[in-house]
Amino acid sequence: MATYSTNEFRGGLKIMLDGDPHAIVENEFVKPGKGQAFNRVKVRNLQTGRVVERTFKSGETVEAADVIDTEMTYLYTDGEYWHFMDPNTFDQIAADERAVGDSAKWLREQDTCEVTLYNGEPLTVQAPSFVELRITQTDPGIRGDTAQGGTKPATLETGAVVKVPLFIEEGEVIRVDTRKGEYVGRVKS
Amino acid sequence: MRERVRAFFAASDALEVETPLLCRTVPAEAAIQPVTAAVDGHEHWLRTSPESAMKRLLAAGIGDCWQLGPVFRDGEEGTHHQPEFTLLEWYRVGFDHHELMDEVEALVAAACAGERTVPVAARWRWRDAFVATLDVDPLVADVAELRRASHEAGAGAVTGLAPDDRTGWLDWLLAAVVVPRLSAEIPLFLHGWPIGQAALARAEDDDPALAARFELYWQGVELANGFRELTDGAEQRRRLEAERSRMARQGEALPPLDEPLLAALDAGLPDAAGVALGFDRLVMLAAGVSSLDQVMAFSFRRA
Repeated sequence: MATYSTNEFRGGLKIMLDGDPHAIVENEFVKPGKGQAFNRVKVRNLQTGRVVERTFKSGETVEAADVIDTEMTYLYTDGEYWHFMDPNTFDQIAADERAVGDSAKWLREQDTCEVTLYNGEPLTVQAPSFVELRITQTDPGIRGDTAQGGTKPATLETGAVVKVPLFIEEGEVIRVDTRKGEYVGRVKS
Repeated sequence: MRERVRAFFAASDALEVETPLLCRTVPAEAAIQPVTAAVDGHEHWLRTSPESAMKRLLAAGIGDCWQLGPVFRDGEEGTHHQPEFTLLEWYRVGFDHHELMDEVEALVAAACAGERTVPVAARWRWRDAFVATLDVDPLVADVAELRRASHEAGAGAVTGLAPDDRTGWLDWLLAAVVVPRLSAEIPLFLHGWPIGQAALARAEDDDPALAARFELYWQGVELANGFRELTDGAEQRRRLEAERSRMARQGEALPPLDEPLLAALDAGLPDAAGVALGFDRLVMLAAGVSSLDQVMAFSFRRA
């Protein structure tokens, strides 16, 4: 069982706390000159996303979480699982709805995603920060309204719906920021 | 800021001194880990503070003296800690710790002049500060009470702190609650510490359980630690040996006993008070930034 000492603590380190994998968000070293040293850390529970604060006496060790971030290619979904492939080993894994979460609506076959594995099983799937997707449905824009900066909903090829400017038309490819779910720009084809 | 410090001591007639970085021993302090260095294959240590050497100078009759230079402490790295940092240490013959607090306050104001105005400092007894912020008496409260106070103050639990480690819990409450609350705006002196937390300090005249020691904090940052020096060589030997046996029980490496310091005390250390001030931290606060690496050209990570 791998362990980390508090002096190895740094942002991003994956550790086990209360039976759940956590990532260290922030590590603060606290020490009175003539006294005991402490590490006050903010950790994010990788299962629930909840951030909590914990304090350790310096020199304590904690179990390392078997968590790795890996780039994988999205293959397809069968409705229940989303299937990914490691482009180097060609190993395939299946992620359930909990792991894929909101990323599902941005996934297009053959796109590369960051998949976080915990004990070899997918814990979270992170869609690329920016994706380029074709609009499959949107109402025609009404000319003259563009000065108002108005928007209208557009359905993308993955099924996601984003707000786009009125001048955008069906069949166009747009760039979307998946972290905010926002239209970024038109992609010239 | 170095120039302003130099002018401050020139005006008050203290002698600038320089003492070795590379030492044959370091004072036994369980909470401070020295950096070891090999010389001709023999184990040596980089100084954790210039205290021992400066006391030897005092015993030799050098009088008021000051030093600004690097010190080294292993395992200390964070926003307010660096394994190598600059300490300003000085001694005043005939001062008690209250007079030295006055001078520390004046030095801080003089050093920051032109950068920022330093508000007048508050002075609290160590014990009163705990009572006021946590409603516990740190001299008598048991560990259960200290843990409860930590929870009530929002400072939570500490993983790894032994259930009987009273001193550890007091350190935690001090760092997590007392200091941030009392020193957020104004500099704060805490004085009258438990004698067990001041191996080189004299006891208070009116209470042998308390040490004539003070600490200065500002904006939650510990800036200085000073005390009226213990001059009794036999008492100093007992305290160092007690600290060493405590460290031995914890399985810590033991540098040799600081015999030159004890010999200096036996020869006669004048009644004096001394203080060590974290110079980089003062620069950091004067500059209005939040971490040491912002005021160091080469922090340890980039050394």
